[in-house]
Order: sequence, then C-alpha cells, then structure tokens
Amino acid sequence: MALLQIAEPGESAAPHQHKLAVGIDLGTTNSLVATVRSSLSIVLSDELGRPLLPSVVRYMADGVAEVGFDAQEKQALDPRNTIVSVKRFMGRGINDIAHRESMPYEFEDAPGMVRLRTAAGVKSPVEVSADILNTLRQRAEAALGGPLVGAVITVPAYFDDAQRQATKDAARLAGLSVLRLLNEPTAAAIAYGLDNAAEGVYAVYDLGGGTFDISILNLSKGVFEVLSTGGDSALGGDDFDQRIFCWIIEAAKLKPLSVEDARQLLTCAREAKEYLTFHGAAPITARLNSGEVVDLKLTTGIFTEISQTLVAKTIQPVKKALRDAGLTVGEVKGVVMVGGATRMPQVQHAVGEFFKQEPLNNLDPDKVVALGAAMQANLLAGNRAAGDDWLLLDVIPLSLGLETMGGLVEKIIPRNSTIPAARAQEFTTFRDGQTALAVHVVQGEREIVSDCRSLARFELRGIPQMVAGAARIRVTFQVDADGLLAVSARDQTSGVEASVMVKPSYGLSDDEIAGMLKDSMAHTKDDAQRRALKEAQVEAQRLIEAVQSALKSDGELLSPDELAKVDAAIAKLQATALGENRRHITLAMDDLEAETKEFAARRMDKSIRHAFAGKRIDELEKISESAKGKEGNA
Amino acid sequence: MDFSDDHFALFELPRAFRLDAAALDARYREIAARVHPDKFAHAGDVERRLSLQWATRINEAYQTLKKPLPRAKYLLHLVGQDVGAENNTAMPTDFLIDQMEWREAVAEARAAGEHHELERLHHRLKHDIGERYDELAVLLDERHDPALAADRVRRLMFLDKLLFEIDDAMAALEE
Repeated sequence: MALLQIAEPGESAAPHQHKLAVGIDLGTTNSLVATVRSSLSIVLSDELGRPLLPSVVRYMADGVAEVGFDAQEKQALDPRNTIVSVKRFMGRGINDIAHRESMPYEFEDAPGMVRLRTAAGVKSPVEVSADILNTLRQRAEAALGGPLVGAVITVPAYFDDAQRQATKDAARLAGLSVLRLLNEPTAAAIAYGLDNAAEGVYAVYDLGGGTFDISILNLSKGVFEVLSTGGDSALGGDDFDQRIFCWIIEAAKLKPLSVEDARQLLTCAREAKEYLTFHGAAPITARLNSGEVVDLKLTTGIFTEISQTLVAKTIQPVKKALRDAGLTVGEVKGVVMVGGATRMPQVQHAVGEFFKQEPLNNLDPDKVVALGAAMQANLLAGNRAAGDDWLLLDVIPLSLGLETMGGLVEKIIPRNSTIPAARAQEFTTFRDGQTALAVHVVQGEREIVSDCRSLARFELRGIPQMVAGAARIRVTFQVDADGLLAVSARDQTSGVEASVMVKPSYGLSDDEIAGMLKDSMAHTKDDAQRRALKEAQVEAQRLIEAVQSALKSDGELLSPDELAKVDAAIAKLQATALGENRRHITLAMDDLEAETKEFAARRMDKSIRHAFAGKRIDELEKISESAKGKEGNA
Repeated sequence: MDFSDDHFALFELPRAFRLDAAALDARYREIAARVHPDKFAHAGDVERRLSLQWATRINEAYQTLKKPLPRAKYLLHLVGQDVGAENNTAMPTDFLIDQMEWREAVAEARAAGEHHELERLHHRLKHDIGERYDELAVLLDERHDPALAADRVRRLMFLDKLLFEIDDAMAALEE
C-alpha cells in the first residue's frame, strides 16, 4: 500500500529534505570533496572539471592566499611562500619534522605546533589547512547551491590526538561544521564494502602522499568493525620522491642546491616516479639556475632498489596489525589498495607477496577515501532511513596513558579499543599533606614517558591534607567518536571534589580560533557576520527538525503539559530563526535543548529497552499491518 | 534494562563464565546500532551527550565480557571476591619456577633470533591457557568456588602477560 506524505498547512516538509553534507579527503598531496547525489557518491570538480585540488597554498605579501593548481605552478618560483605537504606539520613540533633542512620554509618554533614564516605573516599549519578546506567548502557550496549542514573530514588512522585535534581546528577555522573525523582506511572500506557488498575480513593498505595506514576490518551485515589499525604518520609517496631526489644529486654529482633548484628537482623526482608506473625507465632532465644540467635515466630496477627500505617499512605495521587482530594472512579475504602511492609497481608486488593474493585495485585510489567519507556524511546528516544504514565501529590507533613515578607510563586505554571508550584509574598521593597532583597525559606504546608523545599536563589542586596514600584520585579518560581525548581528575576523598577538563595543550584555544577567523575574513569576500547568522539559522533548522521527528515517533513519552512546553519552545525558535539576531537564535536553541533534555533521556531508554524485544514486536506489527492493508483493499 | 545494570543483564545473558559468544556479538551490535554517536550526529547536544555515555557504557561491557580473563575477573567482582592482583602476589614456588623457565625460553629465542621457536612457544602457551580456562569454567559455573577461582585468575594473569611478551619478542625480531 503506497503511503502519501501529506504536509499539514504551515508545517514544513523539511524533515524529508535532503541535507547538504560532504566528505573531504584532506590529503598530503591532493585534497578532494565529494557528496552523495541521487544516492550516488560523486567527487565535486572545480570549474575546469578537475577533481583533485593540490594541497598547496601560496601566501602573498598582500595577505592573499592562492590555493591549488595556481599555487602549485609557482612552487619552484616562490618556494619559501608556497607550502606543500602541510599535513606533515599538523600537530607537530619543530623537532618532529624530518628532512627539515632540505625544505625551503622558514620554520618558527612555537609551543605545541611549528609555525611557518611567509610573506603574508606567520602561519600555523592549522591555518594553511583551513585555506585548503575553505576552497573545498566554497566549491561544494557553489555546486550544491547552499550552505553545508556539515562535513566528514578524513584523517590517517594512525594520526595521534594532536594531529586529529589540529585537523578539527582547521575545519572549524574554514567554517565547516564537523560531523565526524573519519579514519581514511575506514572511509575506503565503506566505499569498497558498499559498492561490492563485501563480507568477511579485509585489509586496507593506504599509502598516501605523506602517511601510511593499515587497517584490518570485519565486514558483516551492515557492520564495519575495525579490528586493528597501525601505520606510520610520516611515511608516504613524498619519501619515495625524496629517495629519487637524493639519487639525482648523487648520480649527477651536483653541488649544494638553492631552494629554487631543490624544488625543481623534487618536482622532477615526483614526475619520474609517476612515469615509472607505466614505463621501464624514466628520463630526468633539468637545467638548474646554477647553470648545471641534469640528464639522467632512472630505471625501475634502480628505483626498486633505492626505495626497498621504504616498502619494507610498510610491511612491519601490517604484521603488527594482523597480530593485534589475532589473525593470520590466510584469514584475510581481500586487500584494498588506497592512496596514489599504491600505484607504484614495487608496492603492489610487495603487498601481493605478503598477503599471498592479488591486491584489489578496482577503485580509484585517489578518490575512494573522499567517496566513502561522502557516504558517511550523508548517513550522519540523517539522509538515510533507519534500517537502510550501517554501523561503524572504529578504534584508537595508539594507547593512551599517564606518567607515573619514575617516568614510567601507565596505560589507561590500550590501542585498538573500540571508540567511544572511557576508563578510570585511581591514583594516590605519595607525600604526607600533599595537596596537588600533577597529571601528565601521554600517547604511545613505549613504557618510558620520554618515548611517548606528550599530550597534556595539568594539575589537580585543593586535595585535602592527608597522610601519604590516603587520597583517592580518580583520573578518567574519555575518547569520543572522533578519536579525541578528554581527561578529568577528581579527588574522591572526604567529599571534596575538584575536577578539571583538559583540552590537550597543542589544541588552539577558542580565542585563538576567533582571532584567526577574523584575520582570514579580512582577506575574503565572505561577510563574517552574514555567514555566522546563516550558520546559526541552519543549526536552528537542524535542531527543530530533529525534535519534530522525535516527537513524531515518540511523542507519547511526554505528558500533554510537557508536550505543550516543547511545542512552545519550537515555535519560539522558529520565529527567532526568521530574524537577524544571531545571539537570540542561540538562546532560543539553548531553551529548546533544555526543554527536551528529559525527553531525550526517555527516548534513549525506550530505544535500548526495545533493542531485543522491539524486534519481535516490530515483526508482529508488520504482520498485522499487512493484514489490515488486505482488508482495506478487499 | 538500565544504565546501571550489570554487564550480563545489559546484554540479557545469564551471569556465567561460559558464554554464548554469538549471542553477545549480536546483542552488542543490536544496542550499538541504537546508541552509537553516528546515529545522533545531526541531533542536539543533549542527545549527543546521552549517546556518547551509552555507547561508551556498552563498549566497556562488551570488551569486559568478550575476553575470558576480564570476564572472569568481572564475575568475581560481582560476587565480592577480591582477585587481589596488587597485594596478593605470593604465588606457589612451583608456579613461579615454571614462569621463570618460560621467560628464559622466550629470552633465549629472542636473543638467538628464532622466530619459529617463539611461534612454537606461543602455540604451546595458548594451549596451556585454554586448558586453564576450562578448569576455571568449572570452578565458576559449577563448583561456585570464588576463592579458588581467584587463585586461578591470578595465574592466568601471569600467563596472559607472558603471551604478550612473546608477541613483543616476535615484533622486535620483525623490525
């Protein structure tokens, strides 16, 4: 029996409207934006029909930023101000950056994260990434014809907390509402799994421009379960370019290079690498500013030899991930290849040899991550009906822990734990009368603090004076669905509670973000005020729709009195959202949130209560519905 | 079903060490599909927070019940039996000697770079652990002897750690 959807006069049909959401692959070398249109995931191209956006930003003295192909073209002319592969600097301190001396940038050491001095001023990697994201947002809004409800941004699975937080900050700075940070191999698995109706254990081998990930997943009946993940967040196609670059210098016996010449040769190296995917040898010719001429031939044999250790470096994490998943090579049904760097024949060969099967290459390795991210964004925006969706169970890549006595690490949440996850641990004081406790949060697998990444330090103060060992201080780690950590500590003794929430130290404060937003607005055509208002209106509409659809399915959980209050709050927000006052809209949203708090809790309880029993009742209802339908037709 | 229910009640499973793993998996997924933050990404703050709490709660419950060692510890905790891993490390001498021999064998294989030997030790230890779990099941589910079960759990904690060390040694050899 077909059902007609009839909207009451004055009631918006909005709950059934398609919400504009995108998936963004923020890559080391290239970035992409994709969306789901007519239930197909597609990459959105620029006005010249080019799907990829080179992740290159050039800063000019007038403060303007050039992004993409235009910037890429000028990298040899203006290497100092043209930032490539900025993803490698996200959430990283100056000492974390390899090959720093051969890069043309002026680095500046800053607490938490390195900065770059450019013609347009000092830039944080977060700002550079935000410029890339901003370009993609504008592309998407132009193509889709309206502001976005939200975006799923992909990150390497092996990104640690600092790198994830930096990515989320960049998205905020670019005016994007982040629906979720999604691990790149998981995004690829969604695209592959849905397209091929795959079931069983799959490995996703993702070698991008600057990062390497391996994830082992179990795909079964609409559930994508990540069993383990591993990788190297500073290993990718760039490193293969670097090997060729060094080989050129050695083979052509070149003198020390200027930054311009170095940039030119790096481009030659990248082109030779790409050429070797389809040919047995690549010619390398260049005329340098120094007057020297390079004329070489790089064969597949030499390339395989000079990159052998890099390829081997990817196999170690693969072995570890398999062991963490408790699986052997024979149990893996397929190996999905992701990332442009997997086009290299020696990589294909090594992976095939290790897994004893031909890797799966039936997806475009450059696009698959963005396509999967778009599918997830479509799901998270609420564009798919219940029952027509899937469940994604992802994990954290690295263990989270605390520094204990003697510089040792106490692991609180082990790697490969399914997220969201929380774990609490009790600590005590070690001196009589101690009233403060220093908490140092670290991430990594090593047992010694100095070998792990330091995420945050904070102090819990106001512990009542007691003898050593009497205090009971509970430290709680909470990892959310984005893989981001929040830590709180509470003294449980004598009823006194002190608690503190930390945002890891490398993260930008809200004030810093606001300042950067203001700066960036000064150089764009966007009107900051209008944009903020528009965003608040979209948010308000989203909330109204969510509450209305909740009322439709579970309205009976409210008393008539409660229902009237919720209705009034909706009406008020609807009226306010038509106006121009952003602050009033935010306040009206807070009111509606407050009015529906108890309702939300009751709905959640109901949903869980019906998790098992509900299924059987649904079945019965369906049968009786269809019986009724027959009567009606007769 | 309630937020404060014990892990077994949460998944409507009998409170026992022997467990229907397929039922646990299916029920975990059933609830996860309802409470996961992905289902509430477009909802308001209140619902998002509730979903985070519930999803965290069921993940913890699932992880505890899925693996035998945490499951056994949890069962003992429910009946008020302290496993006393921190303060009661006094293990019988023969067990400790046995442990030392195992560790020596692992260290020797690691030093000699014998990956196959490590794999053999791993296999043997897994088999040994499997048999101990069978014994533990009888103690917990049939004889209802929490004190003796706690002792067996402590031994298994040693062996579990040893298994981890063998994994580490294998990983070290691969690097």
